[in-house]
Amino acid sequence: MTDIAPTPARDIGPAADPSGFVRPEVSKRLSRRYAAETRFRIYGIAALTVATSFLVFLIATMIAGAWPALLQGTVTLQVEFDRDEIAPSGALDEAALRKANFEGIARNAIYGAFPQVTDRREKRDLGRLLGATAGDALRAALRADPALLGTTAAIALPLSDDAELLVKGLVDRGSAQKERRLSDREIAWLDALGAEGRLETRFNKGFFTNGDSREPERAGVWGAIVGSFLTLVVTLVLSFPLGVISAVYLEEFAPKNRWTEIIEVNINNLAAVPSIVFGLLGLAVFLNFFGLPRSAPLVGGMVLALMTLPTIIIATRAALVAVPPSIREAALGVGASQLQVVMHHVLPLATPGVLTGSIIGMARALGETAPLLMIGMVAFIVDIPGSLTDPATVLPVQIYIWADSPERAFVAKTGAATLVLLSFLLVMNALAIFLRKQFERRW
Amino acid sequence: MSNPAILAIVAALALLGFALGRSRAIAMSGTARLHSLPRYHGAYVAALALLPALIVGILGMIAESRLLGSFLVSALSPDFGSGPGLSLALAQVRGAVASGEIARLGEENLRAAAMAYSAYAGQLRLVLLLCVVGVSLAALVLAWRRLAPDFRARNRTEAIIRIVMMTTSLVAILTTAGIVLSLVFETVRFFGKVPVLDFLFGLQWSPQTALRAGQVGSSGAFGIIPLFAGTMLITIIAMIVAVPIGLLAAIYMSEYATARLRGIAKPVLEILAGIPTVVYGFFAALTVAPMIRGFGENIGLDVSSESALAAGLVMGIMIIPFISSLSDDVMNAVPQSLRDGAFALGATKSETIRQVVLPSALPGIVGSILLAVSRAIGETMIVVMAAGLAANLTLNPLEAVTTVTVQMVTLLVGDQEFDSAKTLAAFALGLVLFVVTLILNIVAIKVVQRYRERYD
Repeated sequence: MTDIAPTPARDIGPAADPSGFVRPEVSKRLSRRYAAETRFRIYGIAALTVATSFLVFLIATMIAGAWPALLQGTVTLQVEFDRDEIAPSGALDEAALRKANFEGIARNAIYGAFPQVTDRREKRDLGRLLGATAGDALRAALRADPALLGTTAAIALPLSDDAELLVKGLVDRGSAQKERRLSDREIAWLDALGAEGRLETRFNKGFFTNGDSREPERAGVWGAIVGSFLTLVVTLVLSFPLGVISAVYLEEFAPKNRWTEIIEVNINNLAAVPSIVFGLLGLAVFLNFFGLPRSAPLVGGMVLALMTLPTIIIATRAALVAVPPSIREAALGVGASQLQVVMHHVLPLATPGVLTGSIIGMARALGETAPLLMIGMVAFIVDIPGSLTDPATVLPVQIYIWADSPERAFVAKTGAATLVLLSFLLVMNALAIFLRKQFERRW
Repeated sequence: MSNPAILAIVAALALLGFALGRSRAIAMSGTARLHSLPRYHGAYVAALALLPALIVGILGMIAESRLLGSFLVSALSPDFGSGPGLSLALAQVRGAVASGEIARLGEENLRAAAMAYSAYAGQLRLVLLLCVVGVSLAALVLAWRRLAPDFRARNRTEAIIRIVMMTTSLVAILTTAGIVLSLVFETVRFFGKVPVLDFLFGLQWSPQTALRAGQVGSSGAFGIIPLFAGTMLITIIAMIVAVPIGLLAAIYMSEYATARLRGIAKPVLEILAGIPTVVYGFFAALTVAPMIRGFGENIGLDVSSESALAAGLVMGIMIIPFISSLSDDVMNAVPQSLRDGAFALGATKSETIRQVVLPSALPGIVGSILLAVSRAIGETMIVVMAAGLAANLTLNPLEAVTTVTVQMVTLLVGDQEFDSAKTLAAFALGLVLFVVTLILNIVAIKVVQRYRERYD
C-alpha cells in the first residue's frame, strides 16, 4: 500500500521557482518540513539498525564465548602400560581394566616428562595439569588396543580445565600470579611441553556424548538433549491432537453462543499467561495432587503441553479460516456430512498451516525454562535419562545450571550449550518456513 | 500389569470390534441395502468398545491410588503414628515395592506392610483389569448386536466423534480452572499463616521463616511492595528501550520500507522473539551487566553487578518484536484512503504518519504496549539470571532489585516442606502475577479487537 503513496515532489524549493511565485517564508517552512521528513525517516532506519545490531551482537558474543568448549586441549605423553600394575593376574579382562589405577599411570607419565621435579608439593601441582578424564582416556586406549599392554606408547591425554584455558590462549599471562588459577611454575611447565610440540587442541567429542558433571572436562550436553527430546515427545503427543481437535471443533462445529465465546476468550488469555504460572499449576496439580514423579520428562512434557496448547489452537483456527467457504459448500452440495467435509476436505487443505503453527509452538516449548524449574527439572543429573519417569533435565535448564557454576570453564560450556539449543531452534523454524513456502496456497 | 499394557489390550479390543462390525456389515449388505458404509459400522463398534472402557480405566486408576494410599496409611499408622515418621515409612514401603526389593527393608513391620501392600496392589490391579476388559467386551457385544442394514451407523459415529471433540475443547477451560483453583487454594492457606494486609502492603520482604524459636536472621516478613517496585522498575526500563525502537521500526516497516527490506527486517525481528529467554539471561549476566558496571566505574558511578539496568535493557531487547510486529499489523490495517486524503492536502509523509496514521492506529498500539508490559512482568529467566535476590525498595536503576518471578523461583527451587509459609508464598505471588497479567491481557485484547472491528 505504501508504494501507491505519492512522494512529495522535492523540487518545489526556492531554486525551482525563479519567478518568485512562492513567498520566501513558505519556502523556508517547506525546507523545514522536508528536514523533519528526513529526520523521521532516519529515526526509523536507526531503530531497525539498533534492533538488528543487538541480534548480531548477541549471537556474536555467544559464538565467541562458545568455541573453547568445542575444543579439548591435550598433552601427548609417553605412557608406560606396566603389565604387572594393570593386569596382576595376567589377563586383561574388563574387571582388570576397571580396577587398574589409570589415574596413577597418567600422573607417572607426566612426572616422567619432568624428571627434575621431585618435591612432593610440586609433583602434586604437576599432576594437576592433567584433566579428571585422563585416566578414562588411558582406559579407553587400552580397551581399543590391548596390544599396548607392557609397552610404552605416546598417548594424547586431556588437560585440566585451567591448563586448557592457557593452551587456548584465554589466560592473561601478564596478570599477577594471585589473580589467576595457574601459578607461574605451572605456566612454565606447560610452555616447556608446548615447546616440545606436545600440546594440541582437538575437537571435544565428549561434549556431545556425556551427561552433566561437576568437572567441566567431563560435562556434556547429551543428557540434556535426551531429556529435551523425551519432554518434547510428551508435549507433542498431548498438545498436537488436543489442540487440533479443539480448534476444529471450535471453528467448524461449535454453535456461536456464550459458551464458545468464553472458551475463545479463555484460550486467548491462556496464550498470554506467564509461563512460570504453568509451572505452579504443574507443581500443585501434577506433583502434589496426582503424585507424579518430580524432575520427570513426563511431567515437564505435560506442563509444556498445556502451555503450547493455546498456540496450536490459535494457529489451527487461523489455518481453518483461510480455507475458502466454497470448498465446504461444494462438499456439502454433493451430500457429504459436516464431519466428512472437515475430515476429507478442510483439514487436509489446512494441514500446512497446522503443521507450521505446531512446529513453532514446539520450538517455543523447547526453549522454555521457567515452568520446568518449578517442577524440579533443575536437579543435577549425571545419568542419561532412559524413560519418561527418570529424573532428567532439558537443554535450557542445563544452560541455566551451568551459567550458575563458578568454574570459568563452564562459561564456555554454557555458550556452547546455547549454540546447540539455538541450532535446534533454527532447524525447527527453518522447517516451519519451508513448509509454509512449499505448501502455501493463495485462494 | 502396567497401565500401558491395559491400554494396549483395550486398543486391541477396539481394533477387533472394528473388524467384527465391518465384516458383519459386509455380510448384511448381500441381502439388503445398507444405510451406512461398512467402515462406519466398524467404527461404531470400535468407538463403543474403546470409550466407556477408557473412562472406567481412568476412574479406576484414580480410585486405585486412593485405596492403596489409605490402605498403607492404616497399615502403618499403628506403628509410626502420624507426621514425618509416617511419611518416611510410606515412602520407604512404596519405593521398595516399586523396585521389587521388599527383602531389603530393615524393619520387620515395614516388611510385613510392604508384603501386604504389594498383595493388595496385585488384587486391585486384577479387579481393574477385569472391569476394564469386561466393560469393553460388553459394549462391543451390545454394539455388534445392534448392527442392522438400516442402522444409522454413520450418524451415530459422527455424534460420538462430536461429543469427543467437545470434551477435548474443554481442556483449555480445565487448564484455566486448574491454574485458578490451585493458586487460590494455596493462597488461602498462605493467608492462614500471614495476614492479607501484611502481604499486600508490607514494605519488607525476607521470606526466611524460623525453623526453631529465636533463630537469628529469620524475620519471615512477606511484604510484596518491594517486589512490585523492583518488577515495575525493570519493566519501565524495558519499555524505555522497547517502545521507541519497536514503534519506530514498525513505522518504518509499514510506511517506508520496500517490500524487499520488509521481507528481511520482519523475520530478523522475529528471530529476536524466538531466542529462548534463558539465552537472554545468560547474555545479560555475562556480557551486559559487566559492560554497564565497567562503564559506570569509568564515569565514577557505583553500579551493582546485578543492576536493574542490565536486566531491564536486555528485557527491552526481547520485547522489541512484540511491539513492532503488532504495531506493524495495526498500522497496515489503517485504510489507504486516510493517507491519500492527507497527501492530497499537501502533507509530507512523516506528517501524514504522525497526524493521521498514528492517531487512528493508537488503540492498537496501546494494546500492543499493554501486551508487552504483561510479557515483561511475567518474564522470568532474564531477571532470575541477571537481577538480584535482595528486596531493595529503590528507584535507582543502578542498584540490585528483585522481582515477583525471581522470588517465586527462589522460593520453590530446592527441597523444602510443601506446607511452609515460604512455599505457599510462591503461590500467593503467582496469584498476584496471574491477576495482574490477566487484567492487562484482557484490556489489551479488547482494545485491539474493538479497533479492528472499526475498519473491517
